[in-house]
Amino acid sequence: MSGIVATDTLPKPKRDVTPLLLPVALALLMLPLIGSMSSWVTLTVASLAMGMMIFIMASGLTLVFGLMDVLNFGHGAFIAVGAYVATLVLLPLASWAQADSLMTNLAVLIPAALLSMGVTGALGLVVERVLVLPVYGQHLKQILMTTGGLIVAEQTLYALFGPQIIPLPLPTALRGSFVMGDVAVSKYRLLAMLVGLAIFVAIELVLNRTKIGLLIRAGVENREMVEALGYRIRRLFLGVFITGSALAGLGGVMWGLYREQVHASLGDELTVLVFIVVIIGGLGSVTGCFIGAIMVAMVANYGGFLVPKLALVSNILLMVAVLMWRPRGLYAVTSR
Amino acid sequence: MMILSGDPPRSRALSIVLAVIVLALLATPFVFPGAKALNVAAKICIFAALVASYDLLLGYTGSVSFAHTMFYGIGSYAIAIALYGLGPNWTSVAVAVAAGLPIALLLALAIGLFSLRVEAIFFAMITLAVASAFLVLASQLSWLTGGEDGRSFQLPELLRPGTVFVGKEWFGFPINGRILTYYIVLSACALMILALLRVVNSPFGRVLQAIRENRFRAEALGYRTVFHLTYANCIAAVIAACAGMLNALWLRYAGPDTSLSFSIMLDILLMVVIGGMGTIYGAIIGAAIFILAQNYLQALMGAASLAAADAGLPLLPGLLHPDRWLLWLGLLFIASVYFFPTGVVGRLRNKPGAPG
Amino acid sequence: MTSLLSLSGVQTYIGRYHILQGVEFEVPEGQTTMLLGRNGAGKTTTLRTIMGLWQAKSGTISLAGEPIERLATPDIAQRGVGYVPESMAVFSDLTVKENLVLAARNGPLDDVQLAWIFGFFPALKKFWLSRAGSLSGGQKQMLSIARAIVEPRKLLLIDEPTKGLAPAIVMSLIECLKEIRRRGVTILLVEQNFHAARELGDQVLVMDNGAIVHQGNMGALAADVALQEQLLGLSLEAHQ
Repeated sequence: MSGIVATDTLPKPKRDVTPLLLPVALALLMLPLIGSMSSWVTLTVASLAMGMMIFIMASGLTLVFGLMDVLNFGHGAFIAVGAYVATLVLLPLASWAQADSLMTNLAVLIPAALLSMGVTGALGLVVERVLVLPVYGQHLKQILMTTGGLIVAEQTLYALFGPQIIPLPLPTALRGSFVMGDVAVSKYRLLAMLVGLAIFVAIELVLNRTKIGLLIRAGVENREMVEALGYRIRRLFLGVFITGSALAGLGGVMWGLYREQVHASLGDELTVLVFIVVIIGGLGSVTGCFIGAIMVAMVANYGGFLVPKLALVSNILLMVAVLMWRPRGLYAVTSR
Repeated sequence: MMILSGDPPRSRALSIVLAVIVLALLATPFVFPGAKALNVAAKICIFAALVASYDLLLGYTGSVSFAHTMFYGIGSYAIAIALYGLGPNWTSVAVAVAAGLPIALLLALAIGLFSLRVEAIFFAMITLAVASAFLVLASQLSWLTGGEDGRSFQLPELLRPGTVFVGKEWFGFPINGRILTYYIVLSACALMILALLRVVNSPFGRVLQAIRENRFRAEALGYRTVFHLTYANCIAAVIAACAGMLNALWLRYAGPDTSLSFSIMLDILLMVVIGGMGTIYGAIIGAAIFILAQNYLQALMGAASLAAADAGLPLLPGLLHPDRWLLWLGLLFIASVYFFPTGVVGRLRNKPGAPG
Repeated sequence: MTSLLSLSGVQTYIGRYHILQGVEFEVPEGQTTMLLGRNGAGKTTTLRTIMGLWQAKSGTISLAGEPIERLATPDIAQRGVGYVPESMAVFSDLTVKENLVLAARNGPLDDVQLAWIFGFFPALKKFWLSRAGSLSGGQKQMLSIARAIVEPRKLLLIDEPTKGLAPAIVMSLIECLKEIRRRGVTILLVEQNFHAARELGDQVLVMDNGAIVHQGNMGALAADVALQEQLLGLSLEAHQ
């Protein structure tokens, strides 16, 4: 690259930071309502951890929609499949998982996660070619086809694994908490936060520092023009879809461990949350998705603590409130 | 078969199929004796009406809503709560109708208007979220709704099975409250479907189709799409609520699993797509196929599954297990969307799947 | 004079509307051909059809002898065709630099080429790291053209580049396009501004109702006021 030095820069357009402040504001608002510092810390950490997991699941969906204009109503299936595949590794190797050494635990966790991602990625390839490609551009049919895919996937999981709930105990080294004075921080939640943050950073780096990321960002804005510049962007679509599916699978593994159980209905209950997150964040915006996930998790956790019966309803209210403020979500990216 | 609306089935084959279904439903108490057959028949009637109301939304305005079961549930619960709380009499029924329908209407208005503020694409996702919230609400407000267990109640005396009008002497079939209830359900559903046929073939219905084809253009032509879409939403909601009321009266029960669950929403989708979107008749056929399959196919699958297990085949016993009948219907659904977008009705009318 | 691009019997439908009704013309290599006509005549549709953004229902389009009417847009672009759409279509969220990096598909940005571009459009150097969305209309147009020329192309399809631009910028644009022409690039330019058209055009095509109604030398058309009035409805002088 040539050493072009900008002789002048326009005053940088004011970065839209208001949405970034929302979770912070919400968290601070909750402190007086909750009362005790230790409870607040526990709930906040829980929110961040849960938010990260939901973000991982939702990031793929938002990119796929933003870039490809594809609505995958069956996204929850990838989450469930990811969780089930993890059991295929973690349960037979239970002794490793229950060993008291972090290294041994990781030696079984990491392959489980990788296998899940591989299987869901491959499943994503199949879904894209079989369910999405044939009805490309027709939203109504896409919704119907992918919903059908969700039904079939769920039923197949029941057929293969049985309808009962499968327990998935946390590996020993990840159980328990770090205690700092009054406050206990769950080890697993910390790990979830780190993984989520790492993925967010990785996605942002790819989007902003690589040519592929450039193509994706440009493609989200104007697919046609990218093609007119000579890029076969449709191939990129498949790659993004597969990545999104794999990420959903990873999210499923993490969620299964979080709840310490796996069941096909996982897909259903998380689909709604993921959709809410993607809507709040703005279709196509990864940052929006990140903030949306944290907020949804906060509402679920703080709300669950303060007003237990109304957790899901409060997320709907959050969504309505955000849409009233910005009808296209926090960060509306696509030009559509 | 030009009944009231001027929208004939337009095909010999379709007319015959519909006639067979209708006649079978009319004659069920006498031709197919037994409680199960009567239950199946009643369910077909109720779902035919419910799915037809959904077809108004999906097939004629082109909007995918996952919240339709909400209106169904409102109707069911209205009856259940009224008859449980106010006693099993016709006054309670009247109260239920007077309370339930306006609630459904208002909710439909709210959803319709909100949907116009956001992109159509958001609409489907938002209705999903709202329906889930409603389900949770119904489970949580157990003092009112009976929570997870639902609400059982007694019917007005006229409708109870114990009330016998004509004893066993009449051709060997007793005419009792149950039979009466059945015919009430049948005629009410028939009326609602005929009303829907009327609506979609009126100028109003044609505008809906214009909006479905190209909303922008319809607006440019001067139609107030907001009005039309909202009105359609309201009609569909009211009919769904009525179907819900009939459902509650038939089951003498209303609960989350029989009226609000997501699986019911998926069932509706399956029925409308397999039967044929945008035809209203498709709802009747789709409902018949689906509910017959749900009740009788499972027995078949059970036998097949055992046979496969005996033969030592891997995987197959699990896939053919009667509980997995939804898997096969799901595959049929996908195939329908792709290969037969016009559903059974379209096939019978000899219109091969046209691009959506 | 060989033709680089030739269309024959091209029919394009948009939905049910029959926009191009048998378009037929040749674009000679190394020259600038103007495509003129009233609004709605089908000029933009013609460019989009050549670029593969809309598929012609029938007819043939040849680029250097190779039929391209069935090719996908990226393949057409890879054969050395650059496109500057009417809407400019700059990527607002990307910086000026990123817009050009993306356009330089075959390798890193060439310093010499960049220096040449900056010579005509100094604003692009000035706002190198700024978001393209914050540029003014004229600057966006410059960026859109720069994108099309950052790598050598055989054929440029340009749609109304001077629309809505200040006269000073229009002059820079004309100078730039003249320079491109001097370098031997073939240009097919849709333009409403007849003055610019006359400056730049070697050949002229006039389009009406989805078909070509006149094909000839620009100089000849510029000299024949009666013909101009007949074809374009207004005389040259009035247009300036």
